[in-house]
Parts: sequence; C-alpha cells; structure tokens
Amino acid sequence: MPTIRLDNLVKRYGAVEVLHGIDLSMEENEFTVLVGPSGCGKSTTLRMIAGLESVSEGEIYIDDRPVSHLEPKERDLAMVFQDYALYPHMNVAKNMSFALRLEKRPKAEIDRKVREVADMLGLTPFLHRKPGELSGGQRQRVAMGRALTRDSATFLFDEPLSNLDAKLRGQMRAELALMRQRVHKNMIYVTHDQIEAMTLADRIVVMHGGYIQQQGTPEELFKHPVNKFVAGFLGTPPMNFLDAEVVDRDGAVWLIGKGFELALDGEHAAAAKAHRKRHVTLGIRPSDLDFDAEAGNETSLELRVIVSEYIGAHSVLMCDCGGQQVVVELKSETPIPLGETLRFRVNPAGMHLFDRETENAI
Amino acid sequence: MQRATLNRMTPYAFMAPAAIVMVIALLYPLLYMVWGSFRDWNPAQTIGETEFVGFKNYVTLFYDPAFRESLSVTLRFAVIVVGVEMVIGVGLALLLDRNIRGMSVLRTLFILPMMIAPVVVGLMWRYMYHPTVGTFNRFLKSIGLEGVDWLGQNALMSVIIADIWQWTPFIFILALAALQSLPRSALEAARIDGATPWQQIWHIKIPLMMPVLIVTCLLRLIDAFKVLEVILVMTEGGPGLSTEILALRISRTATEFRELGVAAAMSNYLLMLLLILTALMFAYTKIQEAREARLRTAAEEDL
Repeated sequence: MPTIRLDNLVKRYGAVEVLHGIDLSMEENEFTVLVGPSGCGKSTTLRMIAGLESVSEGEIYIDDRPVSHLEPKERDLAMVFQDYALYPHMNVAKNMSFALRLEKRPKAEIDRKVREVADMLGLTPFLHRKPGELSGGQRQRVAMGRALTRDSATFLFDEPLSNLDAKLRGQMRAELALMRQRVHKNMIYVTHDQIEAMTLADRIVVMHGGYIQQQGTPEELFKHPVNKFVAGFLGTPPMNFLDAEVVDRDGAVWLIGKGFELALDGEHAAAAKAHRKRHVTLGIRPSDLDFDAEAGNETSLELRVIVSEYIGAHSVLMCDCGGQQVVVELKSETPIPLGETLRFRVNPAGMHLFDRETENAI
Repeated sequence: MQRATLNRMTPYAFMAPAAIVMVIALLYPLLYMVWGSFRDWNPAQTIGETEFVGFKNYVTLFYDPAFRESLSVTLRFAVIVVGVEMVIGVGLALLLDRNIRGMSVLRTLFILPMMIAPVVVGLMWRYMYHPTVGTFNRFLKSIGLEGVDWLGQNALMSVIIADIWQWTPFIFILALAALQSLPRSALEAARIDGATPWQQIWHIKIPLMMPVLIVTCLLRLIDAFKVLEVILVMTEGGPGLSTEILALRISRTATEFRELGVAAAMSNYLLMLLLILTALMFAYTKIQEAREARLRTAAEEDL
C-alpha cells in the first residue's frame, strides 16, 4: 500500500491564495479525515490529491513518487463525490463497472467484481436500475460501490454523507465504519461534520483558513487542542470559553474572571506561570462541569441556570456566568431548578488555557 | 349555479381574442389551402368558379417526375445539411466548451451567420460563387487551380455549403448550452475512473446531451424542408431542376404555371411531411417525460 505525502502544497486562484503550504503525510492504510468549516481548503486539498485541481506550488507524493503532473487515472485512486456523481444514463451495474470496462477487463471478471461489491453493499436487487430510480441512500451506496469495484489503493471521499438526512447519515456512517474494517486501503475523507471526523478517523486533520491547525488521533485532538479554534471546533456541545486573568496570590496561581475565581492545579499553574502574558482564555468542555453544591469556591463556577434542554440520557443547561454564557452537560437524572444560581465543580484535568491574543494553547 | 358557470367561463373569455386571431390567421388559410387543393384552380378565377376535381391534383403530383425530383432534392438537401451541421455544430461545441480568454467573443462571432437575413446570405454566396469574379474561383486560380463551376455543375453542393455555413451555429449554441448544463461531477468521476477525453465524449457527454440533440436535429430538419430564400436568390432552382426544393417548386407552380390547386396539393404533401417530423418530436418528449415520471415513482417506492 502506498503512503501519501503532501509537501508544502499551495493553491492559488488568480491572485487569491486559498491553501498556504500544506504539509501532511499519511501512513499506510490510514483513515485520514480532513475536517474544517466551509472554505477552509479541505475539499481543494482532496481535489488536488485526486488530480482534479492543478497544484500551484509544492508537490504530492504517492509512495515517494511525485504525481502532481499526472492525470487522475494515473494516480490509482477512487473517489466518492458529495453529490454522488453517478452516470445518469447507465444502470447501477454499468455505473459500478465503468472503470473496469474502460480498462477492457474480461467480462467474467467484471461481473464477478460487480456482484461481489453489490452483495457487500446490499445493491444486488437494484443492479438494473438507473440512478434516477434510486433513493438518496441507495445512490450513496452505488457511489461507494463504484469506488470499491476499482480496487484502487486509495479512496477519496468528498463530504459523502452531507446530502443525506440525519437518520440516514447516522446509518451510512456506521456502514462506512464497517466497510473500513473490511477494506484495508488508504482513505482520505473530507467533512465539515466533526462527529463524522471523530467516529471514523484514525487521524484527524483540522483545517482552517487554508492552514492545517492540528493533526493527530481523535483523542489527542479532543484532549489536547493546540489552539482555541481546534478546541471549539471538536466536541458537541462546543467548549465554553471564559476570559480570565492569571494572578499570583498566597503562593498559588489563580484564574480570576467575571464571576469566578479558580485555583490552578500544579500542571496548569506551572504553565500559566511560565507564560509571560496575563490575559488568557479559559476553555472548559460542557462535560467537564458537574453539579456539586458542596464544591469549594476555588474549584467551581457559580452559574445561574437559564434554560435546560432535555435530550434523553443527557440534559444541556445554558447558564450565565458573570454575563458570559456557559453550557453544561449533565446526566438527566440530576434535577436542576431553573433560574437558580448553583455551583458546578470544574474537572481540573478538563481545563484548557489559551493566550487571548494568539489563541494558542498555553 | 349561475355564478359557478360564469366562473368556469371566465378563462375562455380571456382566451377568446387569441383564439379568434388564430382561427383567422392560421386555420382559415390552412383550410382554404386544403379546400383549394381539391380544385382545378387558375389565379384568374375566384375559388367559387373553380371546378372540383377530387384527388386529381394529388394523384397527378404523385406520378409527376418533376415533383418527385423536387421532393428528392429537398430530402437530399435536408438530410445532408442537417447531418453535416450536427457533426460540425456538436464538434465545435465540444471543442469550445472550456474557459479560455476571449471565448465569449469567439462564441458571438460563431453565431453571427445565423443573424444575417437569408436573402442577404443568398446574395453574398452568389457573388462568392461567381464563376469569374467570385471570391472562391479567384482564389483557386491565384493558387494555380482550375475554377469550380459552383452554381452550375455543383449547384446542390454549393447551396448545401451555404446552408451549413448559416445554420451550424444554431446547433452549436444549443449543443454548447447542453454541454454546459451537464453535471460537472459526473465528468470528474469519469476522469477518475480513467476515461480519456475521447471516452468522456463517447460514454458520458454525448449520451447525456442526447435529448437536446434529438430535439435540435428535428427542429433543423423541419426548417431545412421549408428552406426557400437562400436558394431562390442563389440559383432560382437551377440549373434544370437540380436545386429546385419543394418550397421553390410550390411558388413556381402557383405563379409561373398558374396552377393554384396543384400548388396547394404540393403544400399539403410538404405539410404532411413536416407534421410527421413534428409528431416524432412530440412523441419523443412525451416518451422522455413518461420515463422520468416512471423513474420518480420507482424511486419513491423504495424510500
């Protein structure tokens, strides 16, 4: 299996530079997810790997072989498009076998391959239908099937689930995860949906504004975001951010903000002390806050509960902390009276500090 | 009750003016022509004075070698011009479907011939085809070749070339519009699937353009059967009957031979031919619509 490496990849449209030097290398058989808000350059990066967009600067290596001058078909990859991109005039079997037929493979082999993939994806009853006769989910599966029949070394997915409704998307996500277990290939997957990214990826690459913000395993990114953007982008509900000042008091390091005073534990205290600037942003995930009436002042936030959203096993509370909004996620069993001011203990391991100007993690 | 009836009548009241104009301007002359085609009719007579001859005009025409020749010229002309125009028009569209600087100017230039009045086109080509002072022969002679007898020996070919020059742009712009509305991602998928540019054209572009191309082709055929001005100006149907297309023969039968009944019968033959083409076109769109409806229901059943 080849490895894919992007070396200082730049893309310009006229005078506008949309990708500012992307360096990325993907391991063999790795499921890499490029994730970011729209316009961050993730799709452009994928299309450059596919060969559908030209490379303005830098190089793409597949197995150490530069490929940016090659046609898509010479790069040995298959792609699933956001709008499926099926050939409307061909039936499902023809759609899936198009590439093999172009290669003039023997008919028996093509038939076998198509049947095999159709079986795996549950498409056998629809082989003679045209794309127009299929539902959205089935079309999505055909698009996936077309990529699978090719036996390419690398699979590219360009937001493949974003045209489906929520229920179907969840279902297809599970199917993708299952396919991932059975098909051992390089996969590069683009999405703006951080849940897809978290659930599917071996490695997540968070992009923003044409730069890679951070890459790593889902857990690494979730637990140790390098900046405020990554911290806020991954995780639902998103991380809370509170402005605070770092203050030395009585030999301990404190975070003091509107409506709260928190004592920092050893690790955070050392980091905050080492950081020269005093203005910081405190980040706490909603799940790192827990209702605890007995908690001490220095380890908890005092929040006034405004709205409670019941979503089954969990409830999400919208609270107010000195004029700033804080979201708390709790088990639904805990009864929370609305409108009251309550204490929520902060999980010390779940505290993230960011420089307020550069927004980088401290 | 009264009110309901009134309400039902309202739309018809609004449609009435258009319907009346259509009856007077379209149906009346058409029925007049059909009526006239069953009579032995000299322009000097009013239609009341003419003698009813039944299908005589039609039968005579059917066995008339001049009419048959004219029909055959028309068919050859129409099939050749439309065939060549389709190939060149679609080919140009495939070639020019890209973003190059100045492409919009080029496209405008390409459709200019279509905007010139047919009589002007006829005159223009007649002068260019002139045996001694025409552009073509002067050019051929300047490079040491023999001049061609454009409007003599090769008259049909010459008028065909003129028509192709004028009407290829029509097919070009429709084919280009069809091309540009093709789903981009399907073409990208084909590139990834390993299709060469030729294979993309054969396997993806042309099949997807087909509905537009078929309707375009039928529209051009209908038009080609009715062609008159350019040929009238260029050759007046000659030499002999070599370029005498039906429309020209009809007008000559009516004015020179003074046989209005026969001319009417001839018009009816042409009308029937065009009706068949039009019916084909409607049938094709109907089949397309039915197919799409079937696709939709099938897709809904499986949701």
